Amino acid sequence: MGLVLTMQLRPSLVDYGVESQLPVMVGLAIVREIGPVITALIFAGKIGSSIGAELGSMKVTEQIDAMTVSGIKPFKYLVATRVLATTLMLPLLTILGDAISLFGAYLGVNIRSVTSFSLFFLQVFKSLNFSDVLPAITKTLFFGFAVGIVGCYKGFNSSKGTQGVGISANSAVVLSSVLIFIIDLLAVQITELLGLN
Amino acid sequence: MELSKAENIIVIKDLIKTFGDKTILDGFNLNIQKETNVVILGKSGSGKSVLIKCIIGLLQPDSGSILVFNEDITQMNEDELDQARSKIGFLFQSNALYDSMTIRENLEFPLLRHWVDIDRAEVDRLVSEALENVDLLHTLEMMPSELSGGMLKRVALARTMILRPEIILYDEPTTGLDPVTSREIENLIIKLQKKNHTSSIIISHDMNCVKNTSDLVVLLLDGKCYTQGTYEELKQSTDKNIKQFFE
Repeated sequence: MGLVLTMQLRPSLVDYGVESQLPVMVGLAIVREIGPVITALIFAGKIGSSIGAELGSMKVTEQIDAMTVSGIKPFKYLVATRVLATTLMLPLLTILGDAISLFGAYLGVNIRSVTSFSLFFLQVFKSLNFSDVLPAITKTLFFGFAVGIVGCYKGFNSSKGTQGVGISANSAVVLSSVLIFIIDLLAVQITELLGLN
Repeated sequence: MELSKAENIIVIKDLIKTFGDKTILDGFNLNIQKETNVVILGKSGSGKSVLIKCIIGLLQPDSGSILVFNEDITQMNEDELDQARSKIGFLFQSNALYDSMTIRENLEFPLLRHWVDIDRAEVDRLVSEALENVDLLHTLEMMPSELSGGMLKRVALARTMILRPEIILYDEPTTGLDPVTSREIENLIIKLQKKNHTSSIIISHDMNCVKNTSDLVVLLLDGKCYTQGTYEELKQSTDKNIKQFFE
């Protein structure tokens, strides 16, 4: 992500004679937008579909009904735990994703020129403010919540046997991806309203 | 509440359940006495499974009442239903074992969530005892995917019995099993019923199972209780709706 972004941005910046600003631009783009959104979309593809398929399969094989008749609340045991996990883990994964992307960007910068590791990251971190990091990480909490709740909802409402499990997994990814973009849009508006941009 | 053997533990009155414009149960009535095995007989799609799902509270009927130990299941909230369900076991047609858990975990799961103060040694003892009852103690650490259909059914039966329910609902316990395994399951149902003094409702259209396990056979037809009697009484009937099951 960071490597590709760097290679795509370089020619334009060279044209304007601001190639030295490459780490700043890449850093801001990754931390504020690309890192959270791309990580959330991958997360929706991997975890959202897996939750949808797992709960869908439990639904069609009557495992959820078995829990209910044993007097165990499936919502508490299956939904609450998964939604909590996705909400809390996505911000951590985003931080990891950002770090890997920034390292990729550092490699990208060094393909055509020579910049030291410390200089690159000094430039990146110098350009970042609290108001860049906090809204970006905060919105990933909502992305994670959306992925978890959509996956669980689709899984719980699975029907039509094994075909239904596939449909649940698929629609969990599609719906949570759309929700991620909608939440992202709202997050930008709210950040602007709060003067954090 | 202590009930004498002759008292009704389940009383179903005027039960109606529809799905869209299709009426599945149309004023169904039935009384079930303590320590009795009742087999509900009916064609596929006649509403047998819907009936037992209404009894356990998985489906809400449109009208009518289901009294279990004199308490109406249809009027209960979720917490009250959970309490009532601790007295009712349900053996699913698909077994419904949790496929991400070992057999031990499958059996422990309801125990640990219902009896929160239970100690580890007691859990182990109850799990071993339940598996011994179905002759599958050696499967303790195996996954459900490693077991055959008949073994899965026996484990599911062990899990159903582990909370010591007073009523057990069996949804087609022998469907899809070979005759020898079916016979084993039927014998287990009878053995466990005698040992634990439970009452059972068995949904089946396997006539061997009906013959071997029933004290009372109820024929469900057009959403109603068409007739009821012992296996032999129904077998001797000349009514064509009854005869077709025994031919």
